[in-house]
Amino acid sequence: MKHYSTLIFEISREGKRGYSLPELDVPEVSPDVLKSPIREELDFPEVSENEIMRHYANMSQGNYHIDGGFYPLGSCTMKYNPKINEDIARMPHLTQVHPLQPVESVQGSLELLYELQKDLCEISGMDAVTLQPAAGAHGELAGIMMIKSYHEKNGDHQRTKMIAPDSAHGTNPATAAMVGYDLVEIKSDENGLVDLEELKKHLDDKTAGLMLTNPSTLGLFDSQVREIADLVHEAGGLLYYDGANMNAIMGKARPGDMGFDVMHYNVHKTFSTPHGGGGPGAGPVAVKKILEPFLPVPRIVKEGDKFVLKSDCPDTIGKLRSFYGNYGVLVRAFAYIRTMGPDGLLKASENAVLNANYLMHILKEDYNLPHELICMHEFVLEGMKDPGDVTTLDVAKRLLDYGFHPPTVYFPLIIKEAIMIEPTETESKQTLDSFADAMISIAKEAKETPEVLKAAPTKTPVGRIDEVYAARALILTYDDLLAYREE
Amino acid sequence: MIHRYIPKGDGEKEKMLEKIGVESIDDLFVDIPKELKLTEPLKIPEAMSELDLLRRAQELGEKNIPITSRVSFLGAGVYDHYVPLLIDHIISRSEFYTSYTPYQPEIAQGTLQAIFEYQTLICRLTGMDISNASMYEGASAAAEALLIALADKRKSNNVLVSAGMHPDAIQVIKTYLHYRDVEVREVPLKDGHTDLEAAKELADEHTAGMVMQNPNFFGEMEDVPSFATFAKDNKMLSILSVDPISLALLEPPGKQGIDLVIGDGQALGNGLNFGGPYLGFLAVNKKHMRKMPGRLVGVSKDTEGKRAFVLTLQAREQHIRRYKATSNICTNMSLNALMASVYLNTLGKEGMREVAIQSLSKSHYLYNGLLETGAFEEVFSTPFFKEFTLKYKGDVKKLLAKLLECNIVGGLDLSDYGREGEILVAVTEKRTKEEMDRYIACVKEVSA
Repeated sequence: MKHYSTLIFEISREGKRGYSLPELDVPEVSPDVLKSPIREELDFPEVSENEIMRHYANMSQGNYHIDGGFYPLGSCTMKYNPKINEDIARMPHLTQVHPLQPVESVQGSLELLYELQKDLCEISGMDAVTLQPAAGAHGELAGIMMIKSYHEKNGDHQRTKMIAPDSAHGTNPATAAMVGYDLVEIKSDENGLVDLEELKKHLDDKTAGLMLTNPSTLGLFDSQVREIADLVHEAGGLLYYDGANMNAIMGKARPGDMGFDVMHYNVHKTFSTPHGGGGPGAGPVAVKKILEPFLPVPRIVKEGDKFVLKSDCPDTIGKLRSFYGNYGVLVRAFAYIRTMGPDGLLKASENAVLNANYLMHILKEDYNLPHELICMHEFVLEGMKDPGDVTTLDVAKRLLDYGFHPPTVYFPLIIKEAIMIEPTETESKQTLDSFADAMISIAKEAKETPEVLKAAPTKTPVGRIDEVYAARALILTYDDLLAYREE
Repeated sequence: MIHRYIPKGDGEKEKMLEKIGVESIDDLFVDIPKELKLTEPLKIPEAMSELDLLRRAQELGEKNIPITSRVSFLGAGVYDHYVPLLIDHIISRSEFYTSYTPYQPEIAQGTLQAIFEYQTLICRLTGMDISNASMYEGASAAAEALLIALADKRKSNNVLVSAGMHPDAIQVIKTYLHYRDVEVREVPLKDGHTDLEAAKELADEHTAGMVMQNPNFFGEMEDVPSFATFAKDNKMLSILSVDPISLALLEPPGKQGIDLVIGDGQALGNGLNFGGPYLGFLAVNKKHMRKMPGRLVGVSKDTEGKRAFVLTLQAREQHIRRYKATSNICTNMSLNALMASVYLNTLGKEGMREVAIQSLSKSHYLYNGLLETGAFEEVFSTPFFKEFTLKYKGDVKKLLAKLLECNIVGGLDLSDYGREGEILVAVTEKRTKEEMDRYIACVKEVSA
């Protein structure tokens, strides 16, 4: 990795160009015909093609990435991004397709998406799927909207409360707010699981539903999930499953069987599609029969041996975005599921859980483990034993010097100094061992040379970054930067 | 059988189980109650080898007719602009596509710097102060922009939406706002553009904002300065959805008094991909910064004073503010925004203008050519940029079918959108005179 921060605007020189287009072969029309105010000039870079390539190649070397190293990020499922997925998602016949082409000319793409829908039903134990949502949070939005529409359809307008545990992902409460629900946050028990007594206190005829992830964000499977589901259903509410942690249970158990009514997948977690530095992902939503009428339109259905887009659904929540979903991402998820098959998915979950437990048992010697249970695909440590004034942030930054991406830190919020580790199934024992060695060695440094941790990282392209300065100076464009320099 | 993505050597599983202190993998799943445990394998197709899967994908592809095998004049929000080859070479670098969200800035400077440059390019294009790191796509960006307007005005309970918006965007807005008990009032079109007189009638003191698209769904140019004035006079925010390519020629909306600029970035080097993934962009003035959803990158320095980039103002976002966040959005379409950036940098100052001028010139060539056949009549009298609506005097479905026989996708049949006999035709710089002449000849043949 290297430090490179030259901006394209600093490379630009008048008169250079990076593109080539055919000559205009019809008479040129002046922008005056637009009868609109015309701009004087477009202040864009002027750079040659090879300079652009070098610029981005240099820039890319400031990035850690899964092809290059281990990412034990809890709740993020940073697994290997298979290369066949990329190749299939670039096949011209599958990608040079306009979303509004005649439906007869997109039968291949629709068949692929239809098959994916069927697989996602089976893996989750649900009855119907929409592929439309663009990301996990977008899927949550779709799911909670469907719950609200379901209650509205039943005339249950008094159901204004959405319940979520305090260990939930931040998107859960934010989604409830976007759909106009009052959020009730319930305290988890000491293992981050739902406290049944606490839950009962909040269940009544105002309850719209409960949002839950199982395994929980502490990586523990809630064995009482059926009882929880029964309680919520008895109160007239529905259950939402946050699918962020699906990588723990593929082929082992299914949200549909646990009693959930609706869930989203994060295909960029469970089904290996690349994170792309923060997107694109995709967040398909699976539902039980009772919610099927509310799915977004258009739906991809099969009529006879033809695949069609169906929009005539009177109870639908409508559309959440244009067209049918992040198709390019869904193609990759399809390729992954086909590559793995039923046995491969099962083995993926088994090995994800094996890897997590293995690491947990090594690390619990030097770090606090808040429970003595078996974990699923991830686990959370409560900082280090004997930390002195060393914080979890220091541990994370020191890991960078050892060549590892740090785990998720300070989440879930219910664990102090949380270090949340999810190794995934695509890491070898050698990698897990060397990561564990680094963590142990950092624990040792914390006692002997804590100043090393405080000064970390020193081997990265840049050292610790002053976030306060960024928030105060608010330099959000190159033009801000130029203005800031002048001041 | 061991799978090629699961690296386990002989005996390693046993060693690991021993360390954990259990006998079998099943012992690790004891917390799943017996009655919930699957006893049968998942009923999905068996695993396929690399070769078999490539064949299967090929087979599926052959059931499509990609636009590369035809000449396409389809647009309606998704445009067949040229995508420079450089883009795929850059986004195919593992460092970009296999990296995580840049929450650890010391080892994510590449992604952060790319976003910073993207923000700058979008601001320069739109004439706004601040762009976020991107949104899902254009239609949901429109809905999120209206949420900003609603948050900005106390006691607001309705918004105005131009009927010239993309129909998908109108539907998405209605879906998002239904659950917030916000009334969506549709402002009709008059001779192809948004009727601001009607908007005045529809607005009241509880109207938070209005969103309009330029050029609108039917390709027609809207009156942006009047729209900005209308919004100011009626104390609401103006939100303009734009075709980013058109901004190579047009005065930036930020300089015309528009409050929020949004749009879909598909046209910026993102290809077709059957509807996604693309990116949405959202740019605002400083005043609305803290109500803006999504990620933002700012410049900072490290301990040695080296220039560095970092996510900033995160207190707006869901992982910090939870229930009180501006939106539940986490994603920025980072890789798609990178594609847009590479596109804007590659085309640069001159190329952007050339793409826009070529699209403008070619669309007018085809428009005039089609009118001259006598088979069409004009629908609107307002100017258009790269896409236009015409009314066919005969049977549109027959015409489009006949054009398909000539290997031409003639445009979008607007009868599906309640406009009988009309088609929406888009022409980008990729179309040639020869292709357009073929279109015109085919029309003559059918209509003779």
